[in-house]
Order: sequence, then structure tokens, then C-alpha cells
Amino acid sequence: MFKRASQSEGHAVKLTVDGAPIVARQGDTVSAAMLAAGLGEPYRHTAVSGVARAPYCMMGVCFDCLVTIDGVGNRQGCLVPVQEGMVITRQKGKREIES
Amino acid sequence: MSFASKLRTAYDVIVIGAGPAGLAAASTSAEAGLTTLLLDENQAPGGQIYRAITFSPLKNSPVLGQDYEAGINLVSSCEKSGADYVAGCTVWSLDRERVVGISRDGEARLIKAERVIIATGALERPFPIPGWTLPGVMTIGAGQTLLKSSGLIPEGRMVLAGQGPLLWLYAAQVLRAGGTIEAICDTTPLKNYIDAAPYLPSFLLSKYWMKGLGLIREVKRKVKIINGITKLSAEGEGKVKRLVWQAGGRSGAIDADVVMLHQGVVPHVNLAMAAGVKHEWDNVQACFRPVLDESGNTNVHGIMIAGDGAGIGGAESAAERGRLAAIDSVSALHPDALSKVPARDNVRNALAKSMLGRKFLDLLYRPTKPFRIPQDDATIVCRCEEITAGEIRASVAIGATGPNQLKSYRRTGMGPCQGRLCGLTVTELLAYERGKTPDEIGYYRLRSPVKPISLAELASMPQDDVAIKAVVRG
Amino acid sequence: MNDTLRTNEYDVAVIGGGLLGSSIAWGLGRIGQLTCVLDEGDMTKRASRANFALVWVQSKGLGLPEYTGWTVRASENWAKLSDEINHLTGIDVCHQRPGGFHLALSEKELEDRRLSLHRLHNQPGATDYKIEILGHDQVKKQLPHIGPDVVGGTYCPLDGHVNSLRYLRAIHTALKASGIDYRPEHKVSAIEYRNGEFRIVTEQGEIRAGKIVLAAGNANMTLAPMVGLDAPMAPTRGQIIVTERTIPFLDFPLTTIRQTDEGTVMIGDSREEFTDDAVQNLPINAVMADRARRMFPLLGNLNVVRTWSGIRVMPKDGFPIYDQSETCPGAFVACCHSGVTLAPNHAFDIAPMIAQGALDLDRVGAFSAKRFDTKSVQSSGYY
Repeated sequence: MFKRASQSEGHAVKLTVDGAPIVARQGDTVSAAMLAAGLGEPYRHTAVSGVARAPYCMMGVCFDCLVTIDGVGNRQGCLVPVQEGMVITRQKGKREIES
Repeated sequence: MSFASKLRTAYDVIVIGAGPAGLAAASTSAEAGLTTLLLDENQAPGGQIYRAITFSPLKNSPVLGQDYEAGINLVSSCEKSGADYVAGCTVWSLDRERVVGISRDGEARLIKAERVIIATGALERPFPIPGWTLPGVMTIGAGQTLLKSSGLIPEGRMVLAGQGPLLWLYAAQVLRAGGTIEAICDTTPLKNYIDAAPYLPSFLLSKYWMKGLGLIREVKRKVKIINGITKLSAEGEGKVKRLVWQAGGRSGAIDADVVMLHQGVVPHVNLAMAAGVKHEWDNVQACFRPVLDESGNTNVHGIMIAGDGAGIGGAESAAERGRLAAIDSVSALHPDALSKVPARDNVRNALAKSMLGRKFLDLLYRPTKPFRIPQDDATIVCRCEEITAGEIRASVAIGATGPNQLKSYRRTGMGPCQGRLCGLTVTELLAYERGKTPDEIGYYRLRSPVKPISLAELASMPQDDVAIKAVVRG
Repeated sequence: MNDTLRTNEYDVAVIGGGLLGSSIAWGLGRIGQLTCVLDEGDMTKRASRANFALVWVQSKGLGLPEYTGWTVRASENWAKLSDEINHLTGIDVCHQRPGGFHLALSEKELEDRRLSLHRLHNQPGATDYKIEILGHDQVKKQLPHIGPDVVGGTYCPLDGHVNSLRYLRAIHTALKASGIDYRPEHKVSAIEYRNGEFRIVTEQGEIRAGKIVLAAGNANMTLAPMVGLDAPMAPTRGQIIVTERTIPFLDFPLTTIRQTDEGTVMIGDSREEFTDDAVQNLPINAVMADRARRMFPLLGNLNVVRTWSGIRVMPKDGFPIYDQSETCPGAFVACCHSGVTLAPNHAFDIAPMIAQGALDLDRVGAFSAKRFDTKSVQSSGYY
């Protein structure tokens, strides 16, 4: 869905999404990294009807970027900067609560 | 180490939002010697308009433009001023006693202030067309965020739809960055040109017209524009595949992998409304805006609003409003320090100058009714709870008179976004169906937490004996 | 909005379109009474939007044993109400009766609970029903996710819950489907009884009816004297916390925690003598959140999406008021705290009584407001 503009530059940051490695850039949010890696179609499935959704606003107000980060569910991916080694899991339906 | 251990338990001034208004307010306040705390949800300052100004991967290129680059000065001033600053911090609560509830990394705290300046800015107006919830349909603001923070441009076929200066700015930026745009579906109606015409003279006196014209020319050279759009719908299974359009008698469909929508921005009212700030309907900008005096004071003592959250005016107006709010705070709390801040009159003049030409833009780009009030019953209005326009109309038929009864019937507004993406649509849809004005219909009743916090965080807030007695009753 | 209202004259005018008023109105329409419902607008206290949705039996009736039987009857008839409404409107309100729990986080809490239930069941004339007092391990068999702080609790198989907001929509849909005029923005300011009929002054003109039912919740206190009735109310404020949706983990409703059919978790509740529902008391939310987390530790990580407060409709002693006027025959008053639980009784029992013109005193005489004249009534303190 998105590609890097050739004029842009940044350090690589490695993380995994659903177990598969992706390379992000310093400064990406989790959602941006996922979209850059082609993981936006779908990005998640809702807890209401299970329909496919992807980030809409990228500024923390639409809540369509919800994703599980390092085991914590329903985080707004567009507000969380990527960090080396982050474990991202895409969400399907209602949140499973971690004990 | 806990982030909050470095913070005071009380400040003279807390500024919420590190966009132009917040940065200017915090700088001015701290320069005057008031203890000042600047809070922001994002990882770095700048808000939306100056997003990623401190680290953008496109910093060393001409893609983003000079207006954007100018934002760095606000950040430098703020850093030098001595204000405390916490990034990545959610503000989930503000009460009438000016106690601010904050949360970062799963840890919640309460901090008190003599003055709170809400500078949470604006958000994109909802754009409820059929299919707007499909993956691949986003706001132009989202496009700008991806561009500024990550140097990302849409891959594949991209269509822009809507109206407003930001649409042209983003289009120009994408093209400069090497991206392509299949088409721009411009929803500006002819009527708007006529309505805006009387304000053309002052628009021509402002700086907007040259910049605006330049951008539009830059884009029109390379992109097909379809004017006078009256109907839009995004189609696809599982993701967007095409944008179908009508422009009066003409119609067509454009294959698209990404569709970006924009029809202006509106004040982000959630925190202010939850704090009890009175708002009223602005019929030109078709949104609710807070009732303020000219310094930004609200009806709640000590709570002020600056920036686009006070009324849409753009980055420069936002900074001036931020300064005015801070100066008023200095005047109230530490009048001896007024010599350390800009003279109020100078700031007022700068504000007035920056507002020149806004009326023209407001009228020219006033979003049209079909895109504010969805006609197609199947269009989703409340994205969080997946409620359609048809379901809302059916609720009016059984007796819903306003958004709060509607909320009970259908759960609109009960999701985590708390009406940010449906509130205006709901109010206007109800007003239209019932033959009332938006002011008569009202808005959702908002309360904290205005952003979600964990139950454990809420449980960590202070308890008292009276509260325990009120709860534990066997 | 119905702008082809054909009449301003009805057999019965129900004043108040919440759960209670709407249930009675539907019950009246169901047996052929030409009925209207006069309701307020969008910004009103409306307890029907602010309740915990329990269909609850255990611990009800301490101080008025007839209330216990009245409540048990409602619990038995809820399924019938739910089925009929579903049949009429296609809306399933998800009524469930798996039984319900009240959990204790200390020995004292458990003992206090046990004592009050003991007193309740020992009242002369009390309806008997099964209720169990359980220790931690026994509770854990039904509620596997409870935390170590849970000392025990009480369980009653007659307890349940329903989606009460969906019921509000369903009953209003049923009103429309049954040809009952639901008229919002018709706040009542005066009622006059003349020549055997009632003239009701509303913000949108006059309505006339042969009979009226005051079902306006706490506002009954102001309306009742207009027709020679009395409805002493003592409203209290309660706060609720609502979480985001999570996978089903809680099969039983508790007095203070329930998981809705949508998957959200509701956490309550509090009592303050205070009637401003625009304000939130944060320490109360903290106490409720803390207790909920101790009862179910896994709730700690769940996000709170909203909190709200509601003003309880609360007759002075906590028990329903059903009464009929002697000076203005045909005027009835009906209000109660448990508008959700008692909905079937309002639709199937009270409505026919009103249609007949008289309350059946054998069945509901104990709920007359005359009890306030003679007894010195004490609130149970729970509400």
C-alpha cells in the first residue's frame, strides 16, 4: 500500500509481525511500519462483526489501527514508535486478555 | 524509572498538545518563569501540521516545503524555555478543578494546575461515504503523517477526494516525493465560489492565495482533476478496489489501491467537552467550537483553549492563540513577569493578520451536505460500533430526539473513539431528519476517560473513605 | 418522527417513556387500549439509559416481604416478555438466567451478606427460593477466573441479566409497531382532572386521556400531588465503568460485574446522595476498579473505554410504588428502582389492572404510598 520515497532516509529497525520479520525505519510508528510492509489489507478484524479494517487517520482518533504489541492488546499502533525486537500480532475479533 | 517521578505534583500551567499552539503557549509561559508542563501523545513535538519536524526522514529534501520547515523554531523556543515536556503521554481526564489525568507506558498519574491550556488541535472531519471503512481508504492527514514521519508515499494507484487546502498541499508533496496520483475528485461546489467571492479581497491581501495558487498549479500540471463531485463511493471486497464518482450528470469509476479523503478539519472537542467546557455550533465551519473570550478562557475557571481546537485557523494563528493564552495566564498568576512575554497587543495584531483570508477559505471549502449527511442508508456512520445511516434514521422513527437517546438505542458513540469520527455526522443527520438545527440537537455527552486507560491504571488512582463507603455496601 | 399524529385524546396517557412507562404502555396497547407515551427530550436524567441491566432476585425485599414474591414473579416471566417482544420486533434482547453471584472480598463482607439474607428469608410472608452461601473454592467452580482475594459469595439460580439498552430500543420499536403514540419532547408541567378526564399540559400542547399513569421516575414526586397522589422519592447517584470488548469469560452476572452479550464488561456500582449526573467522582471509580480487579485479576489489563453516572429512580424506602388516586379516579402512579427486573410485571400485570380501572390490592396493595404515612420506613442502605 505504501513505499518509501527515494529522498527519505533512516536507520533500519527489525521487528516481527505474526512471527514474520519485517524491517522498519527509526521514526516509524508500528502502524506505519506495517503499512510499509504491505500488511494493511487487512490490518485487523473488528471485535463487533469481524469485518476487515486498516488504519484510517494515523493520528490516534479513529482506533482502526488497534494491534497487539509485545503481548498487550488493543494498542493504537499509530501512536507507538517501533523498537528493535518488537513482537507485533494482528488482531481478529475481541481482545483476549493476557493474565 | 517511573516517568512521573521527575514531574511535579502541581504546576502553574499545564499545556496539553505539542502542536504550534501548545509549543508557543508552553514557551511563553515558561519564559515568564511559570512552572510549565507540556504533554503530548506523540513521540515527538509538532502536532499534526509540524509532525516529525524534529526527525523527519524528508528533512533534507524540498518535499515538505518551507512552511513546514518553519515549525522547527517553535520547538527550539520551547526546548530553551525550560518547560517540562513529556512525550508519548495520553491525557485521559481533566476535571473542573484542573486536575489532569495522564498515562504513559501503563502508568497513570494525576497532576494539578492553576491553568490548563488545551491545545489538542483539530482532527479530520468525518467523510462518511459508502465504503469509507474499507482497508486502503484513509484521510489525507494520514497520508501526511506517513509522509512526514516515515517518508512513505502510496504505492499503486492513488486517488484523492474532497476539498480544502490540505488536499492540494498533500498532492504537491506526494508528487515532489516521486509519487503518482490517478485523479483528484474535487467536491467543491460552484455555489461555494459564489459564497466566498465577497471575501476575495482580504484573501488576496493574505499570504494564502499565492501559496495556494502555486500548489494548485503544481498539481494540476500532472494530475487529472474531476470537478463538481456530488457523489462518491469506495468499492471493493476486503479492501478498496475503486472509487466511483458522480459529478452532476457525469459519472465514472477509478481503479484505486489507496483512496485518501479530506473535507477540512474540525476542533478536537473531546477533552474540553468532558471537562465541562461549553460549546456552540459554528454554521460556517459546520462544527462545534468552544465558547471563549479573546484570550481563550472558557466557562470553566482556569481552563483555556488555544489553537485549532478554539476554531480552525491554521498553524500561525494557532501559535498566536497559544501565546495569548499563556500571556493571560501570566497576567493572572504572576503579573510581575509580564515584561518577559510579548505584549498582548502585538500578539493580537499578529493573530488578526494571520486570520486574513480565512473567511474566504472557510466559505470556499465549506463541505457540502451530501458528504456531511450520508444519503445511502447502508453507509456506516459510527465506525467503532458499525452503525449505519439507515439504522440511525430508524431510531429517529421510533423516537430518538438526539444523540444521547440514539447512543442508548444503537451504541453510536460508545466505542473507543467516543464520537470523534461520528459525532458531527450524527448531530447533523439527526438535525436534518428532525428539521432542527445542530445546536438544538446537541452533541454526545462526553466524560473521562477521553482515551482508554487500563482498569489497573484506574484502580491505581487515589481512593478515600467516602468513596469506599459509597461503593462497599453489601 | 411521527408528524401525522391523529389525535390528542387517548384511553390512557402514560407519562414517562422509560423502561417502566414503556412496558406498561405496551402492555396496555396489547390489550386494546388507545395509549400514548409522553416523554422528555434527549438531555434528561433517564435512568433507563443508566442501569446495570440485572434481572435480579437475591437480596430483594428486606423490609417488605411482598416485594420478594413480586420480584420472583418477574424473574419467572421475563422469558415470556423477551419472546413476545422478539416476535413482534425481531429484536433479541438476550435475556439470560444462569443465576447470579454477589462476591465478598473479606470475611466481614461475607458475614454481613449472610446475615442480611438470613433476615430477609426469615420475614413472615416471605417467598422462599434457593440461595447458596459459598466459600472461595465453591465459587471458583462456577467462576474459574476469580482472584485469591475473593473470600466467597452468595448465589441464586433465579438471577439473570438482559441487554437493557436493547430492550429500551425493542420496547420503543414495539410501541411503534403496536400503534402506540410515543411522543418525546412532551414534558408535562401540569395535570388537571375535570369531568372524568385528565387534561395534561405538555411543552407541545394539551393531551387528554381517560386515565393516566405517572411513570416519570423521580419526577413522579412533583407530578403525583397534581392528581391527589403521593410518591416520596430519594434519588441516589451511581457510577459505572465500561471496558472494551473481550472474549466471553464471565458466564454469570454479579451484583457488581457483568459481561454483556457484546463482550464489554460493566463494573459498578456506587451510591451517593447527589443528583448531578454530569460529574464523575474519580476516587469512586478507583475503588470500583480496584475491587473488580481483585475479584477478577485478568480484568486489570483490559482498557476502560467509558465511565458514566446515572441517577437512580428510588422510592424513599427502595420499594415500588403502585397507587391509584381517590380524588382523581383513573390516575395511577407507578415507579420503582428495578425497572429492568420488573418489566414483565409492568407489561402483563400492572397494565391490565390499569385498563380495568383499579389496582388489584391483593397483589400490589402493599406497594401503595399509604405505607409512608403509617410506617417509619427505613432504606436498606444498599441503594
